[in-house]
Amino acid sequence: MSTKLIDCCGLSCPEPVLRVRQILQDPSLQEVRVKVSAAAARDNVSRAARNLGWQVGVKDDGDCFLLTLTRRAGK
Amino acid sequence: MGEKTAIVFAGIVSGIIAVLLVVMGNPANMGFCIACFIRDIAGGLGLHRAAVVQYLRPEIMGLVLGSFITALLFREFRSSGGSSVILRFMLGMFMMMGALIFLGCPLRMLLRLAGGDLNALVAFPGYVLGIWVGTRFLQQGYTLGQSREQSRLSGFVGPLLALALLLLLTAAPTLLFFSEEGPGSMKAPLLIALAAGLVVGVLAQRTRLCTMGAFRDIILFRDHHLFSGVAALFLVVLAGNLLLGSFNPGFAGQPVAHTDGLWNFLGMGIVGLAAVLAGGCPLRQLILSGEGNGDAMSTVLGLAAGAALMHNFKWAASPAGVSSGGQAMVIIVWILLLAAGWCVARQAREDEAREQKAVSGAGGLPPVDIK
Repeated sequence: MSTKLIDCCGLSCPEPVLRVRQILQDPSLQEVRVKVSAAAARDNVSRAARNLGWQVGVKDDGDCFLLTLTRRAGK
Repeated sequence: MGEKTAIVFAGIVSGIIAVLLVVMGNPANMGFCIACFIRDIAGGLGLHRAAVVQYLRPEIMGLVLGSFITALLFREFRSSGGSSVILRFMLGMFMMMGALIFLGCPLRMLLRLAGGDLNALVAFPGYVLGIWVGTRFLQQGYTLGQSREQSRLSGFVGPLLALALLLLLTAAPTLLFFSEEGPGSMKAPLLIALAAGLVVGVLAQRTRLCTMGAFRDIILFRDHHLFSGVAALFLVVLAGNLLLGSFNPGFAGQPVAHTDGLWNFLGMGIVGLAAVLAGGCPLRQLILSGEGNGDAMSTVLGLAAGAALMHNFKWAASPAGVSSGGQAMVIIVWILLLAAGWCVARQAREDEAREQKAVSGAGGLPPVDIK
């Protein structure tokens, strides 16, 4: 299973969403991890990923949020 | 409350408050106008001497403080900054210049439209065009770069400035300028205006309400999330105006407005483009300032500087129309914004190409890949 980590810390919206959406188009990826620093970016990336059919897990590690996006079966 | 319900709720409540603020004394179709209110504050501090638009509008302080309190409560307050600060200042300045050609920020454009002011209908496509141009730059790689964590004090500057302005207004009004006539003299009572700002500040912080993002996200992602909040706000204000008999459709004689269609269109185009390049409309910049974002604070200071510039040089429009100096500035600012978007996007692409070359030159996989 191929996994990718994207660091979007400190980027203002909608840049994190633009970057993540581009990566999510790669059909070989099953899991993508995204680091964001702002709550707005966390929400926006989560919403975009869910709309594209990915499951979203969020972990707050103090300095930033780590989002784990997993491709839903059949998507 | 679900995300969607929350933003529609925020739009509805903000709309009701906007209608009530006019009933309580704010100028017509100006329950909220972030650009006008920051311009009034600049005037109240004497940064410009246009006598009819000088007042320290408590709504603005309320918005910043409402956002600040909510961000603290939800542990979202974060002292950040350092991402193209000067460019953001300039973008704030340009945003205000465009807004003072049209006579309103995007929020007021919606309120004007909901009051029947058809000049706003001419400005609206200009605004969307500006946003569309901005999204082209974003897709070409435009970025103002990453912000970083700053000293804690830096994040408190926005909220502290808001408190200082409130203190000046209540404890030292003799230091300030107050309009005796014109829009600056029309105001809701201080505590009501402050409370209105606080409530909308709380809601906008929680929901990330943004009058530019609403249209940008539709253009970029077909995402209607932010739009649903803005649409709810518009519909509530429209209903409120119809109910109160203050819906007066037409072009001429609209409150704090002029009928120069071309300049309304181009002025709001500037606001749309500058807002995309700066990452948020004037309202969103205030909310981000409350969350400790120093970059947004610099955009807000740019807005104030732009207001001073526009009024001191008599470039700001008036109900009589747009001066020739104002018209020249619209053209110049459009050119500067297009040049800025192009330059930044080009550099970002070059930087990315260089990074990729370095990675492939090292013969390894991109360092961000993990297996």
